[in-house]
Amino acid sequence: MPHIDFNNNFPGIRGALAYRPETAKPLGELAQILLKDTVGLSPAERELIAMYVSHLNDCFYCGQSHGEIAVIYLGDNRQLVEDVRNDYKSAAISDKLKALLGVAAKVQQGGKHVTPQDIDVARSHGATDRDIHDTVLIAAAFCMFNRYVDGLDTLVPTDMELYAQRAKQVAEHGYGPHIYAGQQPL
Amino acid sequence: MSHIDLQNDFPGIRGPMAYRPETSVPLNALAEVLLRGKNSLSRGDRELIATFVSSLNDCHFCQQIHGGYARHYMECDMGLIDAVKSDFVASDISAKMKMLLWIAASVQKGGKNVTQGHINAAKSVGATDLEIHDTVLIAAAFCMFNRYVDGLATWAPESRDYYIERAKHRADEAYVSHGPVNK
Repeated sequence: MPHIDFNNNFPGIRGALAYRPETAKPLGELAQILLKDTVGLSPAERELIAMYVSHLNDCFYCGQSHGEIAVIYLGDNRQLVEDVRNDYKSAAISDKLKALLGVAAKVQQGGKHVTPQDIDVARSHGATDRDIHDTVLIAAAFCMFNRYVDGLDTLVPTDMELYAQRAKQVAEHGYGPHIYAGQQPL
Repeated sequence: MSHIDLQNDFPGIRGPMAYRPETSVPLNALAEVLLRGKNSLSRGDRELIATFVSSLNDCHFCQQIHGGYARHYMECDMGLIDAVKSDFVASDISAKMKMLLWIAASVQKGGKNVTQGHINAAKSVGATDLEIHDTVLIAAAFCMFNRYVDGLATWAPESRDYYIERAKHRADEAYVSHGPVNK
């Protein structure tokens, strides 16, 4: 049961977004820009960063949701998403993404944990300033989204098929009011 | 020195916002709704929550600038802002604000630290569902803003006078992005 009455029974962040559309609007726009952008980092890489930070923050809803979106972008490679979640350093991803996940993990602990060495490693594997900027902001934003979702004790579906259905909706139509204003996928 | 070349020398969050105006638009819009929009919590109350969370996250720029705004709206001296940061339970603020700060401090540690006990306590001193929602989201948002500012190692003026003066002059202006520009 959520801590406050959302006047709806939408799962996870969707319940909170539908409850307060005024704040939902910029939150949706932020997610759309950070996670759907194709410059530098691919949408799959962006979702993997979101998934991993959510995992570190122990936010099951966000971790599963963004993991499922990454699965779609990766051509249904669920194993790769699981590998990143469990031990990204030995996963079959680029050295650049590994370095950026390292930066994201530092941001999750707190901004001051990011060192010039972390940045140098990312650069040495080809990360641009823009890639580093977006990684830091995606990680920071999920330190917000995760706290929003768990701080209000939103509904967490246990039927895993629901995550796949909602992921399909986001992969096809992106983030925005349609994810909380309309009929839910399931 | 910031971790990346921000191509400007604005202090604090203004540096990365100018570097990447696309994301600055929703970030400012969020701050505007949460901190300045119509609300049963005063602007002073909301800036105080932002200041308190930024202090817990040890973010110099954010706690100083939002502390400046809180002081301005609350028409108090910085002593009260400092008292809230060091021991909000003993500070001279309302019982409702103490409960909301308690919730905000729990959010700062991690969302799951907020319990039904916190919520019941806040409601017992008059907090509404919407006030609790906004408190949780302000606290969560500053866990983002603070990490954005420090995760990129942005520079910030040391002197508190800078922030107090800036807050005085900027308090009547919206949090607004100057929008995407060609980059």
